[in-house]
Amino acid sequence: MSLKGRGAIVGLGITPQGKVYDSNHVGFAVEAVRLALDDAGLKRSDLDGLLLNPGLTWADQGMGSFQLQQAMGLRNLRLSASMNLGGATACAMIQQAVEAIDAGLCRTVACVFSDAPLKPPKPKTERAGGGGGSAGAYGFARGLDAAYGQFGINAMYAMVARRHMHLFGTTNDHLGAIAVAERQWANRNPMAQFHDTPMTMEEYRGSRWVVEPFHLFDCCLVSNGGLAVIVTAADRARDLAQRPVYVWGMGQGHPGGDPAETLTSGAGLAKEAAFRMAGTGLADIDVVELYDCYTFTVLVCLEDYGFCKKGEGGPFVADGKTAPGGSLPLNTGGGQLSAFYMWGMTPVSEAVLQLRGAGGARQVPEAGVALVSGNGGILSTHATLVLSNQAA
Amino acid sequence: MTTYTKPIPTVTADLQPFFEAAKRRELVVQRCRGCGALRFPAREICSQCLSRQVEWVRVSGRGEVFSYNVMHQVYHPGFATEVPYAVVVVQLDEGAKMISNLVGVAPQDIRIGMRVEVVFEDVSDEVTLPKFRAAA
Repeated sequence: MSLKGRGAIVGLGITPQGKVYDSNHVGFAVEAVRLALDDAGLKRSDLDGLLLNPGLTWADQGMGSFQLQQAMGLRNLRLSASMNLGGATACAMIQQAVEAIDAGLCRTVACVFSDAPLKPPKPKTERAGGGGGSAGAYGFARGLDAAYGQFGINAMYAMVARRHMHLFGTTNDHLGAIAVAERQWANRNPMAQFHDTPMTMEEYRGSRWVVEPFHLFDCCLVSNGGLAVIVTAADRARDLAQRPVYVWGMGQGHPGGDPAETLTSGAGLAKEAAFRMAGTGLADIDVVELYDCYTFTVLVCLEDYGFCKKGEGGPFVADGKTAPGGSLPLNTGGGQLSAFYMWGMTPVSEAVLQLRGAGGARQVPEAGVALVSGNGGILSTHATLVLSNQAA
Repeated sequence: MTTYTKPIPTVTADLQPFFEAAKRRELVVQRCRGCGALRFPAREICSQCLSRQVEWVRVSGRGEVFSYNVMHQVYHPGFATEVPYAVVVVQLDEGAKMISNLVGVAPQDIRIGMRVEVVFEDVSDEVTLPKFRAAA
């Protein structure tokens, strides 16, 4: 039997985001779950499931969810796991929660991400040369790569983006159209790290190169903080504090192989199951929240979801249709490029706010169905959710 | 002689044949004895046929630029005076791909598809790094 509408997101907790130094990864996770429970009108004792996506500073400990359980005094859980599919984890955790709830294994599950890779700035005299801060956090090298100066995720993604540009004529202005549109959304989101900082296309073009073909504003933020959602059964959701956001469709797609060869994410696989379960297609989607570790990732995923053909993502976004007032409201909180970087929880959280009608100055009128994606690795893992504020 | 300040890779057991060959000015990659597939970097198991039987084979050192980036950020002090510098992925004519650098080609002159050939740079007593230059 289809799982459409069987589970719902009933609580959302977002800690302060960005250069926040008063807690650590465990503390941010506890605070996010607490906020999400308050938002739902639930108590800690109502939770019987806990799923954790450990960020970098958790050092991917297999027992992370138990560590978090102990830190916040949760008793008698019936579901517990740390999961890591990179940026696809948030959607995958919600999928697992809905499945477990529908199977009768548990009733109310917290899904949480937290991280604290940013360290407080040091006085200039203590600062050594080289990449610290956000650059350092994701600047690791594997094997021989360091000998050739190939450091970090930025450098690996840049190789893939360069292939797309070579084969399809994608330009930096195409990528810039995505960055500028997301910034305009962020300027309407008071929680966004770039809320108070507008950006024009000229400013995008003038931003420093991180690794060509990526300017600084092609790359997501790095944020300290935590973000949690509470998932429960649809029949219970109706009695809680918030308008439920029902899970209509779920799917995963992990293509394997070399993304520099295929220039394709797992979205094509993941969307099949998600759209089939939801009984929807692209025409039914009112608001789109795509995982945006880079502008380029959004462009590829727009192609893979079928909004345009493979290779045509650049011209597709060039007219600004993804900006406020455009025909395709995309990453309406500013995304990870301009709001905050909580891995796949960023797009999930914005979809929840839009479907509640709680988007404030950035609310998309009559947003009823949202498409949410998560993407991990170098276009390596992918998960899709279709969410709605209607039960079925 | 100036001191070499970039990261020097550790000569691990799995890469020892690679570095020994580089000392001899030869480029080698792994070949699966199960299915014949070439691979690099070194792996214990062939992802095509799951065989553990592997040998190192010499390749021509010729290939083309499959992709490249231009690094502007300094992640290691050894590259502080080199930014912006390019990292390339070379598609070897025999099949495998390799991360490397191009010598004698400015970043803005690199093109995907350009023909390249291997050269060798001694960086320590143990380690010689294969790099590439524009093919003659």
